[in-house]
Amino acid sequence: MGLVESGKMPKPLTKLLNLSRKYSIWAYQWGLACCAIEMGAAFASPRYDVMRLGVIPFPASPRQADLVVISGTVTDKIVPAIKRLYEQMPDPKYVISMGSCTNCGGPYWDSYSVTKGVDQIIPVDVYVPGCPPRPEALLEGVVLLQERIQNEDMAARWRGEQDRQEPIIVG
Amino acid sequence: MTLTDAQQLGYINAQAADGRVNVELETDDGMVLNMGPQHPATHGTLRLVARLDGEQVTSADVMCGYMHRGYEKLCEVRSYPQVTTLVNRIDWLGSFANEVPFILAAEQLMEVEAPPRAQWIRTLLFELSRIANVSLFIGDLALQLGAQTPAFYAFRDREFVLNQIESVTGGRFHPNFDRIGGLKDDLPKGWIAETKAAMVRLRAFCDEMEGLVYGNEIFQSRTRGVGVIPAAIAQSYGLSGANLRGSGVDWDLRRDANVGLVYDQLDWKVWTHPDGDSYSRCWVRLQEVREATKIVDQICDGLPSGAIMAKVPRIIKVPAGEAYIATENPLGQMGYYVVSKGDTGPFRVKIRSASFNNISIAPWLLRGVYVPDIITILASLYFILGDIDR
Repeated sequence: MGLVESGKMPKPLTKLLNLSRKYSIWAYQWGLACCAIEMGAAFASPRYDVMRLGVIPFPASPRQADLVVISGTVTDKIVPAIKRLYEQMPDPKYVISMGSCTNCGGPYWDSYSVTKGVDQIIPVDVYVPGCPPRPEALLEGVVLLQERIQNEDMAARWRGEQDRQEPIIVG
Repeated sequence: MTLTDAQQLGYINAQAADGRVNVELETDDGMVLNMGPQHPATHGTLRLVARLDGEQVTSADVMCGYMHRGYEKLCEVRSYPQVTTLVNRIDWLGSFANEVPFILAAEQLMEVEAPPRAQWIRTLLFELSRIANVSLFIGDLALQLGAQTPAFYAFRDREFVLNQIESVTGGRFHPNFDRIGGLKDDLPKGWIAETKAAMVRLRAFCDEMEGLVYGNEIFQSRTRGVGVIPAAIAQSYGLSGANLRGSGVDWDLRRDANVGLVYDQLDWKVWTHPDGDSYSRCWVRLQEVREATKIVDQICDGLPSGAIMAKVPRIIKVPAGEAYIATENPLGQMGYYVVSKGDTGPFRVKIRSASFNNISIAPWLLRGVYVPDIITILASLYFILGDIDR
């Protein structure tokens, strides 16, 4: 990938590479609470079936994943594990924050043990609101993320020059 | 700087104790296997620390608290109608069932009774959430024992139940439909016929699973005789639900201590199994799904007409007092001990959830089993993390 890092990649090739990245996202499922069931419905049920979008939801380890879906209530006790998970993932990596609890604490906004938003620990690319969001909402989040990946300037991103884009908010 | 072996081991040990990583390490008294806090077999974020001697578990500890959200404290600062929104999320697979005991306890304190139609619809939704809960359990059970197809089937057929719940309550998961004195709305038009059709689907699903999973030789050899809980032990650990009935104890709160629901007017059966092993617990759950579809059919046929809401004041203030109501939830006995001081919100709520007691037997049960059996036993105990930690 020397071409990519040096920024000398021809434009059509970038498009092609982005296209293949877009349709081969390996998504790591980090299911914590109620949203994990809706994520399971979106990722593993025949009715919603995320694989038709080119997302493979069964990586064996975060080291093989491009995308992590944090779904459910993030408590202070699980935070170190989430941070470690994110650090283990190879770049370029994306994070979908699914559900109100993960976005901002949700119904536990005044609880003593809940982390109010996973974005305090790791950068989030897509916020999917809802308590829990319907599987369709998660799928839309995936599609919007794919659009972003398609238009990404990889050279800048991979050199770390590009500032993080504004997060996508579904709905 | 180089570390000595002892220092390295100490570092790894400290990290393992911290629960941040999955570490397998060799110690003087065998190996420590750290499962979780994120492991598919733990239904969320349960951490299991097992000490192994070769392939056998010498001792196992359950570390919970990764999903602790402070429900009992939060209930103190919410008003009564707001609490139902919270308690929905305790056992997130059968949400409606969580609301019922709390609402019944509040109704007992206020001395109101829901009209008959509301009671019947409550029972109906209660059983629907039981089906939604346990049908996913069956798929998940097979998934953990290495079969993927049943999980897809479970997700497929569960949608029929969720559709019905959604068309009444507006929520697939968290209905928040129960009110003190009745229900929010009546059933929509044409719902009864749709539900009956869905129940036919669910019965077919049960038959399918009975052949596909329960009749499978590999499944039987992995679950029969594994994780046996004698009836006396089950009772002394405070197990409830199918875990208790799978040990041959004929005890079901729906029949034995029915409050506020209409189980006494219906014709149904409590299933038990004398063996007490993993297979019997799973088998009892499958029969309960079947029985629940029959209960739903009976309610659909015998639903009385009338109001769905009793007369309650607009601003709900519950008189001072204490009440404890327990119901037979999909996971077991779920009880709320509500203390009121005459305010708009409860003074103290103690939640007795089934999974916390059910998982408490795991250290006893896991001693001496082989490593693959840990998965079987945890799967058959069937706990939900939100129900353990609250």
